[in-house]
Amino acid sequence: MAVTMAVIRDVMPAFDLLQPTTAADAQKLLEKYRGEAWALAGGMDSFDWLKDRLRKPRVVVDLSGIDELKGIRATSDGVEIGALTTLTEVGAHPLIRKDYSLLSDAVEHVASPQIRNQGTLGGNVSQDVRCWYYRGGWPCYRAGGETCFADTPVGRNREHAIFGADRCVAVHPSDSAPALIALDAKFVIRSSKGERVVDAEDYFIGPNVEITRINILQPGDLLTSIRIPSSWAGARFYFEKIRDRNVWDFPLMNVASAMVLNGNTIQRMRIVVNAAAPTPMRLKAVEAAVAGKPANAETGEMAGNMAVKGAVPLQFNAYKIPLMRNLVKRAIVGAQEASWA
Amino acid sequence: MSEMDDQKVDDGTSNAITRRKFIMGVIAGGAVVGAASYHFLSPSHAPLPPYLGERLISLNVNGKVRRVDVMKQETLASTLRYKLGLTGAKMGCDRAECGSCTVLLDGVPYYSCSVLTHTVRGRKITTIEGLAAPDGTLHPLQKAIVDEQGFQCAFCMSGFTLAALAFLKKHPNPTRAELAHGVSGNLCRCQDYNKILDALTRGAEYMRRA
Repeated sequence: MAVTMAVIRDVMPAFDLLQPTTAADAQKLLEKYRGEAWALAGGMDSFDWLKDRLRKPRVVVDLSGIDELKGIRATSDGVEIGALTTLTEVGAHPLIRKDYSLLSDAVEHVASPQIRNQGTLGGNVSQDVRCWYYRGGWPCYRAGGETCFADTPVGRNREHAIFGADRCVAVHPSDSAPALIALDAKFVIRSSKGERVVDAEDYFIGPNVEITRINILQPGDLLTSIRIPSSWAGARFYFEKIRDRNVWDFPLMNVASAMVLNGNTIQRMRIVVNAAAPTPMRLKAVEAAVAGKPANAETGEMAGNMAVKGAVPLQFNAYKIPLMRNLVKRAIVGAQEASWA
Repeated sequence: MSEMDDQKVDDGTSNAITRRKFIMGVIAGGAVVGAASYHFLSPSHAPLPPYLGERLISLNVNGKVRRVDVMKQETLASTLRYKLGLTGAKMGCDRAECGSCTVLLDGVPYYSCSVLTHTVRGRKITTIEGLAAPDGTLHPLQKAIVDEQGFQCAFCMSGFTLAALAFLKKHPNPTRAELAHGVSGNLCRCQDYNKILDALTRGAEYMRRA
């Protein structure tokens, strides 16, 4: 590989560990220390940054002792999932499996059993990009520098974006994020000003908006829960993740969709692709185009072709264009029907 | 190093100083010096806020309460290996990528390289050293691994064993594919997966009979 970095194996540099037991206290601590604080959920993304000395927070706020941020409960209009609920719990919960199996399917495709036992839903949607130049400590745009090392004639960019690149070409790596957007989930964020609720798709921000951030959280903000409305409960769901290995890997691309049918006619659909762009990509044009059409191979092909319009491949990732076309087609007609003769 | 020496390490009452114990003592001493140097090298920042927690904490490890001095930034793998002498949890990648440091927290497998020790106060920690009965009788899963000679170099073995144990308690009679998926968070660099699955399948059988 072009980029290597010595793996540091000794103890992480010192930080103070604060362990609040209420969300209010956690938010106050994050507010107090702001840029010097690091919010620690499951830690599966955090420890790489801390061990590699690429982030040196003075204070780590451990959220794992806050019971009110954990668990899944039915609401009058769907379910609410605490941001600190583990991926294992989300994947196994009967409420999720019954009506929102798109999400349980997605989280079961995340990484490994141990990582799902520890990793949280809030952490999974808030994790940083996986570009190895960025994570290797190179002074790239996303790191506040003045170049992109992946988007050069010899840059290693097989895993990178075909859409939405703006100086940075890294993709968003989450599996749960596209499922939550397809389910029209709302993210609940607590700050010193109170609580605000945003649409899942508005949680993520691309480099065209602000290049050094991956989501809308500001210092002092705490993602507390994720609400899924019942509007897509029990719809026909499709989730597929393509990766180099059968387990443990990040997606080369994934697709999550929810479709409500009348007979075989698509009434309404939400479809989201991730690892194609710096943010999860909701395909609104496709959603509009397939409404009222039969859920068949012809519609699937039309949707697939429409989805990849405007894609800009890099040196080593042109394969992502047919990959995305086929994933969109499969989301509409299923993997069997979508196979090419 | 024989099986017996490992047994002695766990038995805090033994007075015999084994070579392993002596080395462990040296390592623990080194860790203390290391901790101190981190503390004094850190003031690139302003002074840390007033100390809000104890560094000397109690951990429930393999059914025993152990008092141990733990830095705030210390991982469970470090504490187990370098402070408590429980070297069964191996440090492979130290990045949650290989599984050799797997331990059980309240029966659930975690990568101990990616857990801060201070966050597991009050939880039941099980390492490979805690699997055998007090009289040394191996756990049925361990017995099966010995019978099948399931591992080649065995660096990954304790992690695999604990991950498999947690999985088999929930799924006592898995297919080979289910079992493989159940231990998919553990890597073997000898690529000995077929024999590992043979051994764990035998382990499932022994556990069902036990």
